[in-house]
This record gives sequence, C-alpha cells and structure tokens, in this order.
Amino acid sequence: MIDEDFKKSLLKEHSYLVQRDSVDWFTVECPSKDLVSFCKSMRDNQGFELLIDLTAIDHGEGEECRFSTVMHLYSLVHRGYVRLHSLCTDNDKPFMPSISEIYPAANWHERETFDMFGIHFTNHPNLKRILMWDEYPYFPLRKEFPLAGIDTPLPADDVVEVTQASVEPAPMMGGPFVSASSGPISDSEPRAKDESWTERKEKPL
Amino acid sequence: MHMTANDVAYNGKVEGDVIITRADAVINWIRKHSVWPMPMGLACCAIELMASAASRYDISRFGMEVMRFSPRQSDCMIVAGTVTYKMAEVVRRIYDQMGDPKWVVAMGACASTGGMYRSYAVMQGVDNIVPVDVYVSGCPPRPEALLDAMMKLQDKIGSEPSVRNLRKTDTVATG
Repeated sequence: MIDEDFKKSLLKEHSYLVQRDSVDWFTVECPSKDLVSFCKSMRDNQGFELLIDLTAIDHGEGEECRFSTVMHLYSLVHRGYVRLHSLCTDNDKPFMPSISEIYPAANWHERETFDMFGIHFTNHPNLKRILMWDEYPYFPLRKEFPLAGIDTPLPADDVVEVTQASVEPAPMMGGPFVSASSGPISDSEPRAKDESWTERKEKPL
Repeated sequence: MHMTANDVAYNGKVEGDVIITRADAVINWIRKHSVWPMPMGLACCAIELMASAASRYDISRFGMEVMRFSPRQSDCMIVAGTVTYKMAEVVRRIYDQMGDPKWVVAMGACASTGGMYRSYAVMQGVDNIVPVDVYVSGCPPRPEALLDAMMKLQDKIGSEPSVRNLRKTDTVATG
C-alpha cells in the first residue's frame, strides 16, 4: 500500500519533490537535476525495484515547458506505483539524465522516447533510434508531426533505384481510424470518425 | 483394343515410352505443384500462415509445405503482415535473393494496402517495392483464403509462357 504516511515521509525526505494531482497513483514532480539520485534512493531505500514504463509528453509548441518525461516505478514491497514526472528545461534541445544505470529496463525505453520525441538522455550508453531507421529526420510523436507522415527518402539507395519507392504521407481518407469503445463488436472495427471527406473529396467547411 | 475413360490421358500399350506435349505445359505443371513458399511473416497474418501449414488446413496438399527460410530455395514469397518502411528494404533484398522464377502473394490487408495502419511508419502496400501476383483480403485472412489465393497462383503459373520467359534476356523484375 502506498499510504499517506509513506507519501508524507517521501515528500519530507526529498524536499525538491512536489506532489501533483492524480486520480490514481501517487504522482510527484521531480526536477531533472535530482532525478538520478531520487531514482537511486527509490530503488535502494524504498523498495521500488521495477521500472514499469518510461515515456514522454509533448505539451505543444509555445508552452513554457514543452517536454516532460513520465516514469512509473513499482514496488513489490508496497504493492503500488509511484509516478514520476520531470520537466525538460530546454525546449529546443530537450534533455534528461538517463536512469539506465539504475534501472537497466530504462535503456530501450529511453531509446524509444528519444526516437519518438527527440529527448536526449545524457549518459545513456547507446542512445540511437530504436523504431525508425537511423537517418529518419523527424520525431513522429511530436505535436507538429502529422500522423500520415512526411515525404522522406527510403534508407536504402539501391532499393530506391530499382523500385522508385519512398516514404509518402499515408492517405488518411477521413481518418485516423479508431474503434468504437462500445456497441456490438460487429460495428467496432476501426473506421474514420468523419467519413464525409477523403483525399479526393475536400473536407466540407 | 478395349479402352476406358482412364486410358484417355496416357496408355503405355498404345503409345509406348513416348509422351507428346508442350514444353510450357510440362514446365508449368512441375512448377505449380512444387511452389515452395518463403514465409515473410511480419505480423499476425503469419499465425494464419502457420495454421495453413498445420494439419487441419494442410497446405502440403498443394505441394507447398516446404516453407523455406532461405530465399535461395524459395519460389513464392508470402508477405504475411505489416510492411513498415524500415522493413521494406529487407523485404526487397530477400525478394532479390530468390531465384527466378518467383512469385509474390500479399497476404492480408496490411501487405496489400497498408490496412488499418494509415501512418508515417507503414508502407501502403508491399506492391510499392515488389511485384505482387495475388492479393488476399482479410485481417487476417483465414487459412482457406490463403489456400484459395495459392490455387489462384497455381492457375497463374499454369498459364505462363514459360519457354518464352526462359529465352528473355532481361529477367529483372521491377516493382
């Protein structure tokens, strides 16, 4: 149990922590400069031995603090999660200290977060793209990136020479396609929310 | 001499050791009954592909049970699953390594058109990089659908001008 006593003692022990509102798990805001020492303390002193997830949020261009990372730590002793939220201080070249030394599970998560958001994890042993190919010029989960994609050359020159193929924006055809969360399962296959327009037929104003 | 319906095709007593036919017919007959697939399993369609090979659906009835994970020994690439842009290069390279003659089956919605993945990461149909002979609809297609596609491919192989193709100097297939 993550009880009130635990929360109070944690906030007291680490004065830089700020509690955040949350509907489910105990959530704290941790400054990026204290992240590594806090994670080490959580693992060694508080029994939070598992890193469940590590990802990032793009709050949108023009926000004072555009990127932040979110981590979920789980404790087999407390049988509960602590959610860790850290703001990236630099909007143009966001960075965050790597915690892969403390939680080896973070290694690939940080690579994925770098791949999708372009957040650099300092002191990461092998920070390179994990899903997209190395030369890919964009960070697909940033707000300004369209879901359909952007024209880009394929990574293999010889294949391009033979096939003339390239990365093209996908036809959205009124999409993105989403499944209905309720109703009969026969009607719940993914479909466009607004089927009144496609690439060929303009979206009605 | 008494003849029955079974004797119409070939009767050793009548014709001796000689069979007269066309080269195309023989070559195509051999080819279409030994289509060795290259299982390019990229997503959940590969599970249905495995089911097609298992005892209930038994793709070996068509001479296709010899799934080869080496492109050198394969005749037909079955692209079963979502082709991402990152994987496209690999699919093309494996196709290039297959010896001629070779065929491609796009199994399922993703391989045929990108399917439900209208996104930056997914190639909208494997026919952007390799020439596809048969497309199979379904997400994923049932094994029966794949078998039907393979029978369609057999029909296609059966109607190919194989001798003329052998004489062709330019055998490089482009997408």
